[in-house]
Amino acid sequence: MSVIIILVIASLIIALIFLFAFIWSVKKGQYEDDYTPSIRMLFDSETTQDETKDKK
Amino acid sequence: MVKETYTSEKISCYHCGDECQDKHIHREEKVFCCEGCKMVYEILNENSMCEYYDLEKNPGITQKVKVREGKFAILDDENVQGKLIHFNEGTNSHTQFYLPQMHCASCVWLLENLNKLDKGVIKSQVNFLKKNITVIFDNTKTSLRKIAEVLTRIGYEPHISLQDVSKKKITTYNRSEIIKIGVAGFCFGNIMLLSFPEYFSIKNSPDLNINALFSWLNLLLALPVFFYCATGFFTSAYHGIKQKFLNIDAPIALAVLITFMRSIYEITTQSGAGYLDSMSGIVFFMLVGRYFQNKTYDSISFERDFTAYFPLGVTTLDKEGNEKQVSVAELKIGDRIKIHNEEIIPADSILFMGKAIIDYSFVTGESATVDKTIGEIVYAGGKQKGAAIEMEVVKEVSKSYLTQLWNSEVFNEQSTKKTTSFVHKLSRYFTYMLFSIATLSAIYWYFNDASKILDAITSVLIVACPCALLLSATFTNGNMLSLLSKKGFYLKNSDVLERMKGINTIVFDKTGTITQGSLSAIEYYGDALTEEQQLLTGSLLRQSSHPLSKAISATLPNNKRVSIKNFWEEKGKGISAIVDQVDVKIGSKEFVGEKNSSNENYSGSKIYVRIADRTPGYFLVKGKYREGLEAVIAKLRATNKLVVLSGDNDSEKDQLKKIFGEGTEMFFNKKPEDKLEYIKQLQGEGKKVMMVGDGLNDAGALAQANVGIAVSDNTNNFSPACDAILSGTQFNYFFELIKFTRKQKTIIVGSFIISIVYNIVGLFYAVSADLEPVIAAILMPASTFSIVLFTVGMSSFFARKVPTDIYHIKS
Repeated sequence: MSVIIILVIASLIIALIFLFAFIWSVKKGQYEDDYTPSIRMLFDSETTQDETKDKK
Repeated sequence: MVKETYTSEKISCYHCGDECQDKHIHREEKVFCCEGCKMVYEILNENSMCEYYDLEKNPGITQKVKVREGKFAILDDENVQGKLIHFNEGTNSHTQFYLPQMHCASCVWLLENLNKLDKGVIKSQVNFLKKNITVIFDNTKTSLRKIAEVLTRIGYEPHISLQDVSKKKITTYNRSEIIKIGVAGFCFGNIMLLSFPEYFSIKNSPDLNINALFSWLNLLLALPVFFYCATGFFTSAYHGIKQKFLNIDAPIALAVLITFMRSIYEITTQSGAGYLDSMSGIVFFMLVGRYFQNKTYDSISFERDFTAYFPLGVTTLDKEGNEKQVSVAELKIGDRIKIHNEEIIPADSILFMGKAIIDYSFVTGESATVDKTIGEIVYAGGKQKGAAIEMEVVKEVSKSYLTQLWNSEVFNEQSTKKTTSFVHKLSRYFTYMLFSIATLSAIYWYFNDASKILDAITSVLIVACPCALLLSATFTNGNMLSLLSKKGFYLKNSDVLERMKGINTIVFDKTGTITQGSLSAIEYYGDALTEEQQLLTGSLLRQSSHPLSKAISATLPNNKRVSIKNFWEEKGKGISAIVDQVDVKIGSKEFVGEKNSSNENYSGSKIYVRIADRTPGYFLVKGKYREGLEAVIAKLRATNKLVVLSGDNDSEKDQLKKIFGEGTEMFFNKKPEDKLEYIKQLQGEGKKVMMVGDGLNDAGALAQANVGIAVSDNTNNFSPACDAILSGTQFNYFFELIKFTRKQKTIIVGSFIISIVYNIVGLFYAVSADLEPVIAAILMPASTFSIVLFTVGMSSFFARKVPTDIYHIKS
């Protein structure tokens, strides 16, 4: 029966990881604009590489 | 009706896609309509950014209208910079510009590669729906002004208004709301999972007390829900009670508090598992509902006042004639200002140099320009069309004719429009009923089994909290708002929906609201003009800058130059000249000397033509009414009192009478303040008034009315502060849209009945002090889901009946 304790704790930890991922994404502003990324992803990779370089 | 047709082959500009006129510019097999477009192409070509043209066809913005150099000099002012730069990180500055020209994927691509055009830019990110760009730049390498100028050079002139610096940014978006929903959802789900042994009454194994352990875990998970997610309800309820007012959040706060207390008691004493699942569920669903209801539209703003229209800086001249950029807010009486082409006059001023051709379409919705001569007062809000003019400020910005409207109290009193919604009243009634049931069951148990009193009271309060009712209201409102926005009717918030119900008087503005701003219909009546006569008339009309002359001459041919002698213009009457040796007179009936009073049924402006000694006929210019206006008015008239309140003259009175029917009150020549006062007067008579307008001159009336609706032909355009924006193309369906908003009550009452059924079942268990956790756990989500399904389904069903001309609108 004690195995259930470990399972519950493990599942809670995994769920918490997702919760924090969610909070992080909200704080990063990913829910701010849900339309532009759909346009942005159509641009050629050359530009996206440039963008990542610029970020650094 | 005379029409001119173009038969020449169309060549469109490689950059902007506009049709090229006779002189187009060639470069590398590419055709451009103007130097400006070619220049943008060259800038992009040099920086190997021609991908811009691959993403979309002719993505550019026409460059025919040049932006004056030094327009952004004001951005070098440190005070202004401080307001526009959001924050500095070392040498990095963050700022945001509004670029109304943004319209396609190419725009996004170009703007996000701004660093290729200005090396000082570190990162630029576009929000397409909001049409803004966030720029992070190195303030040692570039400046705010340089970035604005680079953007202007490639065709995206930033719109920087007085509002950007005079007000704190209003954040419509609340990140913490989303986080609260996430946390509440997480806790709710896990608490439910951990409550399963309890629901199915799984027996404890001898060596391990699973139920106790799980209930402690539940308590742990419930802490963030109670102390973080639910805080909004508690603070709101507290503020209400402090003002001796039981507001809509009070019953929720009470239910959450009691459930939490009782659960802590049960868990710590190990007498039960508590109702933490129900509690976190209530909080979670309420938060989702609120978020849904308060969702705002990205591209629409309801809070604009004149500052959103006014520019940030204006050119002033000192005594020696030196130009200087000054912030509009600092303008003083006696300052000399220079207004360039397409610039807005920020304060009432006297014209003392140049020719003023003022476009007041911002203010009145009237598209015809107004000419002003030296020495005349020009009111603020107009836009100069043509060469630069110089003027002297006679009134401060905030005290000008137009802007003083905003000093009126309607714009300061936030609460004047607050109404207690019927849901609120219902929920209060419900709460009282709940307390009496709780008391009754307490009395009953006092005589039978006193130990169960507390049990019964808390169970009643937990089960029968009016959450379902409030949920149904929030979800109905939220869904209705989103459905309405799909039909081109954007409501500011759900409170507007509530106020729509009582409306019994509808007041219409004329120009721009029931007429379509830019279009006027021109018809010719009489003996048809020969080609020769058309040429003569057209040539004479082109000599005048009167709006009617311009409108008519645009329909006449212009293929030959003719000599014009003895040109004479009599203000407000007409023009005459000897054109190509023929005496031509154009103007009012008296002016041309026409006596024969023909057909008087038509209303609008009649412009008679007299060639040599004959009057062949007249042009009829009338404001074009919106399509289907008559049908809409007829439907609305059946249930509402209608009024026309126009700032214009009464030239179209007869025509309006036909549409609105006899007996409809009509007022003309009304000033903005008059409109506001009139609405007040109607309200004083106990009428619930809806104002439908469009221009800034309606702003006061829109704010004062119970519901102020702005009609806008382009929802991205500016519209005055209002409660709702109606897309011009949907005006035909105005009646159906209003009818739909009135269905809100039906839907909420329907879902309320469902929730009562659930409550009666729940209460049956509660008063008997025998509320099993499993029943509470089933009842709560089941009632919630069925209510949400019901409201969403019903509102979508009713929305289907509203026709639409719009197939897809991004809100």
